[in-house]
Amino acid sequence: MTTANPSIDQADTLPLKQKLAKTTAIQRRRAFLLTAPLVLFLLISFVFPIGQMLFNSIHNNKVSGVVPEFAVAIQSWDGQGLPSEEIFEIFVKDLAIAKKVREVGRTAGNMATRINYEMPGSRSLFTKSARKVGKITEGPYKEALIKLDKKWANPQVWLTLQRASHDISPSFYVAAMDMKYNEKGEIVQADELYQIYLNNFIKTMWLAALITFICVLLAYPVAYLLAILPLRQSNLLMIMVLLPFWTSLLVRTTAWIAILQTEGVINDLLVYFGVIGEDGRIQMIYNQTGTIIAMVHILLPFMVLPLYSVMKTIQPTYMRAALSMGSKPFYAYRRVYFPLTIPGLAAGTLLVFILAIGYYITPALVGGQDGLLISNLIAYHIQKSLNWSLGAALGTMLLVVVMIFYWVYNRLIGIDKLKFG
Amino acid sequence: MINIVKKEIKNKGRAYLYLALATALVVLLTGTSKAAVGFLLIFGIPLFFMEKMPAYATTGERFTRYMFLVITASVLVFLIAPVLIIMPLSFNAEPYFTFTEGMLNFDSDAYSMRWYLDILHNGMKDPTAVVGWWSDMWNNAQWIRATRNSFFIATVSAIIATFLGTLAALGLSRPEMPQRALITSLLISPMIVPLVITATGMFFFYSSIGIAKTYTGVILAHVTLGVPFVIITVTATLSGFDMSLVRASQNMGANGWTTFRRIIMPLILPGMISGALFAFITSLDEVVAVLFIADVEQRTIPRQMFSGIREQISPTILAVASILVVMSVVLLTVLEMLRRRSERLRGMSPG
Amino acid sequence: MNKLVNKTLIAAAVATTMVAGSVQAASHSESITVVSWGGAYTKSQVEAYHKPWMAATGNTIVSEDFNGGLAEIKAQVEAGNVTWNVVDVELSDAVRGCDEGILEVMDHSVLPDGDNGVPASEDFLPGALMECAVGNIVWSTVFIHDESKIQGVDGLTDFFDLNKFPGKRGLRKGAKPNLELALMADGVEPADVYEMLSTDAGIDRAFAKLDTIKDSTVWWESGAQPPQLLADGEVTMTTAYNGRVFNAIASEGKPFVINWDGQIWDLDLWVIPKGAPDQEATMDFVKFSTSTKPLADQASWIPYGPLRKSSFGLVGSFHDKPELDMSVHMPTAPDNFKRALQNDFEFWADNSDQLNERFNAWLTK
Repeated sequence: MTTANPSIDQADTLPLKQKLAKTTAIQRRRAFLLTAPLVLFLLISFVFPIGQMLFNSIHNNKVSGVVPEFAVAIQSWDGQGLPSEEIFEIFVKDLAIAKKVREVGRTAGNMATRINYEMPGSRSLFTKSARKVGKITEGPYKEALIKLDKKWANPQVWLTLQRASHDISPSFYVAAMDMKYNEKGEIVQADELYQIYLNNFIKTMWLAALITFICVLLAYPVAYLLAILPLRQSNLLMIMVLLPFWTSLLVRTTAWIAILQTEGVINDLLVYFGVIGEDGRIQMIYNQTGTIIAMVHILLPFMVLPLYSVMKTIQPTYMRAALSMGSKPFYAYRRVYFPLTIPGLAAGTLLVFILAIGYYITPALVGGQDGLLISNLIAYHIQKSLNWSLGAALGTMLLVVVMIFYWVYNRLIGIDKLKFG
Repeated sequence: MINIVKKEIKNKGRAYLYLALATALVVLLTGTSKAAVGFLLIFGIPLFFMEKMPAYATTGERFTRYMFLVITASVLVFLIAPVLIIMPLSFNAEPYFTFTEGMLNFDSDAYSMRWYLDILHNGMKDPTAVVGWWSDMWNNAQWIRATRNSFFIATVSAIIATFLGTLAALGLSRPEMPQRALITSLLISPMIVPLVITATGMFFFYSSIGIAKTYTGVILAHVTLGVPFVIITVTATLSGFDMSLVRASQNMGANGWTTFRRIIMPLILPGMISGALFAFITSLDEVVAVLFIADVEQRTIPRQMFSGIREQISPTILAVASILVVMSVVLLTVLEMLRRRSERLRGMSPG
Repeated sequence: MNKLVNKTLIAAAVATTMVAGSVQAASHSESITVVSWGGAYTKSQVEAYHKPWMAATGNTIVSEDFNGGLAEIKAQVEAGNVTWNVVDVELSDAVRGCDEGILEVMDHSVLPDGDNGVPASEDFLPGALMECAVGNIVWSTVFIHDESKIQGVDGLTDFFDLNKFPGKRGLRKGAKPNLELALMADGVEPADVYEMLSTDAGIDRAFAKLDTIKDSTVWWESGAQPPQLLADGEVTMTTAYNGRVFNAIASEGKPFVINWDGQIWDLDLWVIPKGAPDQEATMDFVKFSTSTKPLADQASWIPYGPLRKSSFGLVGSFHDKPELDMSVHMPTAPDNFKRALQNDFEFWADNSDQLNERFNAWLTK
């Protein structure tokens, strides 16, 4: 009985446990290798670009790249009065070279833009001086530069230059959080007239929460109806949910523009039915209302589908049992049905909320100026004001917020349990 | 038919009475008959769909059910109406986004196909020429170029996304997969990260390596965005997959590739196709990444619509939108038929 | 023998290729991408510049639209992948782009003389020839209303008077040029506007004036929107680019009226992004399009003033309405120029970042 049969025994003489471990390791590697191409692809085309953008939010070499030797020399200045004659000399010489070479990304204009972010109005000082600085060929440089433009005698300019000479600096995060540097170089709250970003963040989150709440209210009955109807009828009605879901986002937004505008379908209907007068047409678009309505419409399927897939698994016998044991319908609903739907509710809520925070297109088209979300401000800085670092800083903050919610979602529900019906 | 209606009315007699009373009240309050018509439409139609409730149902329950039907009907109408309403608007003879008087009176002059023709003509050098019209249109008409771009980019991205996504889903569904939760989160994250951040990052990165403003850049971006959908659908399909089939096939001597080709793939094909369709639609519909990355040459349909809404404001967009809606309906029908067929094949009840 | 034949064959093949290649090169037409603002303005350029130049040189032009700003140019130049050959930009963008090194320096000596023999440097109006740019037109921001709906609009103050003329207003989204308009409507003389805006009190005053109409304002971004908004009845009065409105009046017959009181005029210029390909063909286009006749021709499609003095006399009538004389509709026509302000590009170069921040914050409050 104990005679080992050579054909059954392992070819090698490893004990079974080790063999098992080895095979498991091979299987794990194989499983991992299957996912490897995609992971690699995403690392290159998704993670790395976003990482680069994050890096751009704290890295800005528009001073040290333009006047490199000066950037090193100014660090030794103690911040009192004005820098020394040597530092002035290095500055003038570096600036003249930058003007002559005119390399893209390292021009005097780039430095001017950078400093202008922190000292508004100083741009022309740099660009004008850059044009004339080539004529200063011998000392005393401090006098000559100040003669060129007396603003150079302002210590603020030099303090800002000193601060901006650091490649890695938090100044864009400072700006993104509605703060600024004062004359002493401390970080203080920015002037109330210039505070936008934090307010907008809060408004975005508030609007997203409102939209999510409305979606829950509207989606719950619909999902319930779809779940209890027989399959044939529910499939038919499901088309009414899926068709908008599959229709292009822009098509739906265009449709809403046509419907909500002052001369649009709804206002026309309301006037026709006598609910409002001809002069009393409601402004429903190019403001927050338009954003809310359009976004609810677009995100509603994302709430209906998870709810539906959860409700479909709830046995109707539970409710009947509760009723048969004497509970009132509403009580049975509250204690039996509703708790069973909570996973679907949580899934839908978090999904809709996360999507709503990051939305860009719909607010851009129907939001007017009132319904602008944080994504629109980010896009503004990338595309219009060209302050790429500030856009990156705002983007990073948004990303952190979304990641936190994503992590919560993962912990509560698990992203792999997402279903699309 | 009449008998059924008669019987229904007898059964719901009391409910209709309430409705009539409520309508009368509305007429009194607003003083117009039009409001009454509206009121009747909103509240009368669900009444017709109320099914017979058991005799022991209380009035409260009947009313709750009725209100439930009203609410769900409103929500469903809210969902579908915008999508449907653009179709008649696209036949507007005037360059406005609203129903004109003529259209409401069904005046045939108020309707025209001019916006559909504009799809073909916009951007052409000489729309009225007879010779060379086809090549002029094929090469120069903006919408035609956008359509070609859209379909080309969407097809290629869908294929690549399905390929990579299916591979990854196969790996993820294995029980031995290390760090499954972490890697799944990573692979799904393009769907979660706000699109403007993804697009900005890709814009800078692709610019620095020189593939921005090329088809490659746009396709890579769309693959990134479409992959999460493929993974979700294929993983869902694999979750119901019976692993013993794989073991059986290997038992009979098939190697990994043959097993995949002959056993696994046919069974997960619905999931793969579903995922591919999602990825295709995502790419077809995607506009933010295209806004940042693409050049005029690579403009897609949504990109063209975006500038149409912002700048040109002509109902040509509505015409394109109508065509897209019809396409979506066709696609959905095909999907549904495929699903029913696969369920029949699998031996499950079609329901 | 074979070797000789081989050698001859090779030599013949090379020669043929070279000849074919040179013939190819000779008949090879270049294609350049010209970027402008779209709509009626691009149309005027296509008719007056693109088509004649293409006919004369055999090259092709691909026309693209944008909404202004340097973002696209900057992105292309910094990526080293420039596809735009020449762009029509506002003056402040031309200056800023030049400072940041993303535009090619232009050699003004190659520009042709005017048709009257005057050298280019004297023929162009002052400010039209910049380090990296060659100017083409004068355009203006004006405000418009629909005469069939409201009458008796007298001046810029009426724009801000919601009691006399109720209804919504349209303004370009951004600080420029709304702050100047606000100050002029508040009674500041054009000559003092920028001085006032350099002080905090002046900026506060401008924003306070804008506050009076803020809730009734629709903000537009692209040039095609204002006439559309007015036609739709979304607004009662709106600012607009004077040329786009003219198109609605002359071609579509709309009863719009252009109010020139408080107009803010500016220049548009051609710039070439740094590192753009085909710069020879591009410069040839720039030279052609800014010569006397084409500049005067574009004015027959849209009432933007040519920047060459020699073109003034050649400005004719609207292209398909000989009875419509274009010269009276120019921003620079004496009747329209009574209270006009030239946009100060240096002021905006310095302050646009900060003022736009404040504007955005003000907008969302």
